[in-house]
Amino acid sequence: MTLESVLVANRGEIALRVVRACRELGIRSVAVYSDADASAAHVRHADDAVHIGKSSASKSYLNADAVLEAARSAGVDAVHPGYGFLSERPSFAAAVEEAGLTFVGPPSSVIATMGDKAAARAVARSADVPVVPGSDEVSSADDAVAAAEEVGYPVLVKASAGGGGRGIRPAASADELRTVVVEAQREASSAFGSGAVYLERALQGPRHVEVQVLADTHGSVVHCFERECSLQRRRQKILEEAPAPGLSSELRSALCDAAVRLSSQVGYVGAGTVEFLVEGDEFFFIEMNTRIQVEHPITEWITGLDLVAEQLRIAGGEPLSVAQDDVVRRGAAIEFRVNAEDPDQDFLPSPGEVTGLELPGGPGVRVDTALMAGDVVPPFYDSLVAKLAVWAPTREQALARGRRALAEYRVEGLPTTIGLHRRLLDEQAVVDGTYDITTLETWLEDSPRG
Amino acid sequence: MGSHTITSRTPGVFYHRPSPDADPYVTEGASVAEGDTVGLVEVMKTFHEVKADAAGTVSKFLVENEDEVTIGQDLVELET
Repeated sequence: MTLESVLVANRGEIALRVVRACRELGIRSVAVYSDADASAAHVRHADDAVHIGKSSASKSYLNADAVLEAARSAGVDAVHPGYGFLSERPSFAAAVEEAGLTFVGPPSSVIATMGDKAAARAVARSADVPVVPGSDEVSSADDAVAAAEEVGYPVLVKASAGGGGRGIRPAASADELRTVVVEAQREASSAFGSGAVYLERALQGPRHVEVQVLADTHGSVVHCFERECSLQRRRQKILEEAPAPGLSSELRSALCDAAVRLSSQVGYVGAGTVEFLVEGDEFFFIEMNTRIQVEHPITEWITGLDLVAEQLRIAGGEPLSVAQDDVVRRGAAIEFRVNAEDPDQDFLPSPGEVTGLELPGGPGVRVDTALMAGDVVPPFYDSLVAKLAVWAPTREQALARGRRALAEYRVEGLPTTIGLHRRLLDEQAVVDGTYDITTLETWLEDSPRG
Repeated sequence: MGSHTITSRTPGVFYHRPSPDADPYVTEGASVAEGDTVGLVEVMKTFHEVKADAAGTVSKFLVENEDEVTIGQDLVELET
């Protein structure tokens, strides 16, 4: 059952990415759009488009009923959720399934399991994948202090229903933990609708390395190697690269094998990402993202695969187009996230009109963006407006290519993170590939601005 | 008695309350001091508190909860 038509339940560059994959596979694509996006690129390039509501995300792209109604009225046979918005809501995937449509992703039950931190850790343990030392859910301050004796300080208090780095609080001692647990429970309850929290050992300067997997409905699972994503601010990634520099081949194999084991264990289907923290020779599973990832282009660069096309083929019931031995990596790729934010003003969001735009090009340069000159970046959605991804045969050449492409890149009318990336590529830890998850925030505090 | 209008420093979506289930920051008739939070504007998934830039009594909300607002838009009218 090959897919014939797909509702693209997203906006911006990822919606355009999915529309493009559909076009190449001969699948009819139907975009959805809010008031603010009536003339957006993902709407213009899709075969059809359905208006789903007002501009604010909760009244459009986060409105599951409106998106489902659009799918029904457009007569599609599948829904691609992209990333963010409804992509990791088990209730949305379940509603798509119940409507008799195909959800381009894993079964809703798998999203539910991997979206629950405690359940995800249990899956990892049963797949013999190491997890960060941590506790079960704790219900009181006394309970937490007792659990922390086992876990070891410093600890992080995390919301069971949290994600994307939200709902995490550190505590270095029992006294601090008593206060933090109560605050964390209150915050989790209002932010996520569940006050459940647990403890985890706080590692000292680990690296964030994640493994891309693909799994079909016939039981095959392959990995597509890893991505290094440690350059983060407030747990939001800003620059990613593949392969991860400084990873021994033994550790790389162990990580990739662990990701495949875990995905098989949970009955995964589709494209997914297994995230790990790596410290020394040890690695620990932290979570699985059950969707396509923002930074998927760098994996596409080094493997030559089209991950979104694979998603669509898998959803249509086809077997993976590759066996593990066919997935070969070559060269090095780096992605730079271009956000409408002002790095000189504490990353203040900067919606507004793009009055001028010049995109980089030439060998080994790929830009994923839905933003054109004259477009207005609305204030209602994520600040990511473009992704620049470069590839070269070696990491050193990829860095040089990144510098060259960033020098060509010009956005007028609003501040972006392009200048930040230019400065980052002169930073020794980035040049050497020796950074960890603390590097970017430390550098931002210490470095002169402007 | 004069009047003063609090405006939005950023475009986005205006909220009367810190979270959907919480009580509103202020209601009409409430007195506020300079610096008190009177609302929240969400811009690109970040939240910015709207502070009273004068003391007074809230006479009127000029936008509804979850309304889309533009930069500089009038949000709350105070009697000063």
